Amino acid sequence: MIEKIKLEWFSNIRGDVLAGIVVALALIPEAIAFSIIAGVNPMVGLYASFSIAVIIAFVGGRPGMISAATGAMALLMVPLVKEHGIDYLLAATILTGVIQILFGIFKVAKVMKFIPRAVMIGFVNALAILIFMAQVPHFLGISTMTYLFVAVTLLIVYILPRFLKSIPAPLIAIVALTTLAIFSDFELRTVGDLGTITQSLPSFFLPNVPFSLETLMIIFPFSLALAIVGLLESLLTATIVDDMTGTDSNKNKESRGQGIANVVTGFFGGMAGCAMIGQSVINVKSGGRGRLSTLIAGGFLMFLIIVLGDLVVQIPMPVLVGIMIMVSIGTFDWSSFMYLKKAPITDSLVMIVTVLIVVFTHDLSKGVIAGVILSAIFFVSKISKLTVAKSVSNDLSIYTVEGQLFFASVESFLEAFDFNVQNEHIIIDFSQAHVWDDSGVGAIDKVILKYYENHNQVTMEGLNKKSQQLVEKLAIYNNKDAKLSAH
Amino acid sequence: MYQKILLAADGSNHSVRATQEAIKIASMNPHATITVVLVADYSHSKSDVLHSGSSIELDLKRRKKLLPVEELLKNANMNYRVEVLHGVPGPTIVEFANKQNYEILVIGSRGLNSLQEMVLGSVSHKVVKRAECPVLIVK
Repeated sequence: MIEKIKLEWFSNIRGDVLAGIVVALALIPEAIAFSIIAGVNPMVGLYASFSIAVIIAFVGGRPGMISAATGAMALLMVPLVKEHGIDYLLAATILTGVIQILFGIFKVAKVMKFIPRAVMIGFVNALAILIFMAQVPHFLGISTMTYLFVAVTLLIVYILPRFLKSIPAPLIAIVALTTLAIFSDFELRTVGDLGTITQSLPSFFLPNVPFSLETLMIIFPFSLALAIVGLLESLLTATIVDDMTGTDSNKNKESRGQGIANVVTGFFGGMAGCAMIGQSVINVKSGGRGRLSTLIAGGFLMFLIIVLGDLVVQIPMPVLVGIMIMVSIGTFDWSSFMYLKKAPITDSLVMIVTVLIVVFTHDLSKGVIAGVILSAIFFVSKISKLTVAKSVSNDLSIYTVEGQLFFASVESFLEAFDFNVQNEHIIIDFSQAHVWDDSGVGAIDKVILKYYENHNQVTMEGLNKKSQQLVEKLAIYNNKDAKLSAH
Repeated sequence: MYQKILLAADGSNHSVRATQEAIKIASMNPHATITVVLVADYSHSKSDVLHSGSSIELDLKRRKKLLPVEELLKNANMNYRVEVLHGVPGPTIVEFANKQNYEILVIGSRGLNSLQEMVLGSVSHKVVKRAECPVLIVK
């Protein structure tokens, strides 16, 4: 136990501290921008990023992963904040955490494997598009100077890392352009125009909402969507960090940890968050491996806000917009275009539908659910192709069934048989088939009973063990009084 | 002659030619072993994970890249092993070579991504500058 704590916390102190500082610097603009997307005061996102990062450092399942306020979650909150206000958001954040803790206890992480990769690719692409779309109102048609600042930010963030790797380029863009904006009299909107920065630590309080069923009905759909999306992005990020570090992680513990972090964050006035792909990659790249890096990231972020809060409100919005456009570009999976060319058409379709539904509903959870359902339908239709070949030898008619016999394939199964025969011996060969469900057994019953009506004899052959068990349990054809309608 | 040989490969044509040269060097010493090292680039990690169903599938995909390299080594009856490392290709190869005290490092002059090589300066260039052992760059 002590060995494990040592390994997860103190085996990489120097790398973790440095990476944590880098991440804290990169987190600040994102936390502010995501608050603005959600329609809340920047402090809500900053407190969330502080609290989630610090708590997840202790209770998360993936050391070295960075969790904080995220775009995916912020986008989901927009309607809730608009209609009911910040207190309902905090209540929803707590409920989100409770749901995620339950997910962790019931080991829902395993269900992740049922989400096809086409849906996951659609998820990140949709997220990138939404983050970009959320920036548009902040730069489109405001002023020439706004466009100019966005452009310069983009250039700095894009080009500078080629030459200077130790300091995050977004930070340089912020410092340089905020200084320029302060010492000149350009007409630019600033973070201060959209909210205030409080230079104090978050404190515990209960969200000011009535504790009633009505409240629950309002927040539950949001909390459920937040819980699903948060978990999805967190587990995807965990897998990426697993891959980058060549180590394994406990996904159920991570799910529980995300839940605990969100519950606490809700009570301290922060919005729900989850793991961040971009920040986690920055952390690992900068040498962060252990839990210490996450703790430092959260702690240093709060320290910076308390010390430099006055300056943070002076950051021009166009600079923030430029940084977020780069975040959006970094989030998008650019190999998707290759994927569209190579992948089966059904997978491409699932990916595109997932993206389209998210873009039109602004709800990542709806896109994921639609994508999963659509790929399930495609899957069923693919494996429901069942063939029945008929061959006649002597007096015997042999039907060889090949494929999966279940609700989606019973129709083609039934159509294959020729019932206009009398006093014959019919053999149905199932050695290349599998019977899956009640509908499948029902179809077998139907066929056999129909043949019995005309005094034919029917023999089934080659049922595999599982199918045999199912048929014995459910079939009624041996019952001489059986009627077709029993199924 | 050289006994501990490091071959940095990514499955590109250049790395296949580098393999041929590594085999030439290794065949001069019956005790020579070749370590083939493939670096899974940090900056591709996100899309690698997104585009594979499981970590096992991803491992397999990466090993598959090295198939032409491994085939050459097998046909030449070389004593070799494969290491998949994670990181930024240049520094990761250098660190591995220096820590494990390889006697010579063989690498292709450029890898799969030729456009990036032109802009950024190549992995092989970084390796030459910072590896502590002799480096053979194969065109």
